[in-house]
Amino acid sequence: MDEGCKHYWVDGFIDTPIGKIRRINTSLIARDKIDGYMVRWGINRYSFTVSPGLYAVGNPDDTAPVLVTANYKLTFDILRKELYNQNLWVIVLDTKGINVWCAAGKGTFGTNELSNRINRLQLDKVVSHRTIIVPQLGAPGVAGHEVTKNTGFKIVYGPVRAADIREFLDNGLKTTPEMREVKFSCRDRLILTPMEMIPSLKYLVIIFVLLFVLNLINPRGFDFLNTVKVSIINFIPYLGAFLIGTLFVPLLLPYIPFRSFAMKGLTLGAIWTMIYIKINGVFLFPDSQLVIAGNTLLLLSISTYLALNFTGSSTYTSLSGTLKETIVTVPIAALASIVGIGLLVASKILNFG
Amino acid sequence: MGLKYLQDVVTLKLNVDKCIGCGLCVQVCPHNVFAIKEGKANILDKNSCMECGACSKNCPVSAIDVKSGVG
Repeated sequence: MDEGCKHYWVDGFIDTPIGKIRRINTSLIARDKIDGYMVRWGINRYSFTVSPGLYAVGNPDDTAPVLVTANYKLTFDILRKELYNQNLWVIVLDTKGINVWCAAGKGTFGTNELSNRINRLQLDKVVSHRTIIVPQLGAPGVAGHEVTKNTGFKIVYGPVRAADIREFLDNGLKTTPEMREVKFSCRDRLILTPMEMIPSLKYLVIIFVLLFVLNLINPRGFDFLNTVKVSIINFIPYLGAFLIGTLFVPLLLPYIPFRSFAMKGLTLGAIWTMIYIKINGVFLFPDSQLVIAGNTLLLLSISTYLALNFTGSSTYTSLSGTLKETIVTVPIAALASIVGIGLLVASKILNFG
Repeated sequence: MGLKYLQDVVTLKLNVDKCIGCGLCVQVCPHNVFAIKEGKANILDKNSCMECGACSKNCPVSAIDVKSGVG
């Protein structure tokens, strides 16, 4: 057992036939909440882990239920705070710091890891029963009947949400259709948006550099401060397109027409672009058809492409559907962006003519 | 929830002849695609399938086929 790894949320040890087992404190403290908030913004994301292995909650004996979870600290915290006043065992699988559903999709929360972990831990010496409770969202990675063949333990699938575990245990390990259904509430969508925005900031940087360089090339001569000022104001329509794809489409998802995410992004992007066209001069762009056409193509491409990206975070899009719209959208958006940049450059060249 | 994705693209297939009606597909599906009727699984709502693959992975008689992946 890995006693060398000290976690501040371990508050004691339980003696078992396989040695001392760490006991989990089920109350989250400020540090858990702050770390959890930061990781939603991608801060410390790849070291936010729990050491895999067996843990105790309360004072479990050999008849206590056994739960399984992933070793992403955020997942682990969401689970443990629901386990107050319970006496049970928790097996943390090594999912490389990834949540249950995503790890199951990749196979790290899977038949092999679960079977090997049960056998290596000698779980059969800790509990006298032969049932383990796996979260339902682990099912894409776990073949229950194969785990049973490998270990002798029967798999029961528990609820999707940790908040339903208490009721599930009280119900004699039965899930209701409500407990089994994955939802995608406004709050669910909102907490995902920081990690839509942050990885896509690179596109904003590219756009800003492009606008800045184009503004530097000025027939009236070089003026650094003015170039910065004009570029920042030029940038506002692009910031809008960025927020449409990464924030507003996720938030307003059920209210925007079309099933395709790309079409949802194009819809909001088109509304924003029409506003931009109306007040082109407010953003300090020259009164030029070429510039307006170039910006229009770029704004539509950005909002469409970033909205399409959100399929990767959604809880209901199929691979077949995502592939279908990606194959159509990405080449069109890429081509439109290249033409858009070409028009902005052409307008600049004509200015010198 | 009211959120529906693209229609008629899903690769989910159920071989009713192989099905033993154990109901595991009903238990693992996150979108209530299946139901057991007269001792066999039925696909109730194919368009809600997100191709996660939980059903085919857990079907003890390999009666379900779906091209699964993270979409």
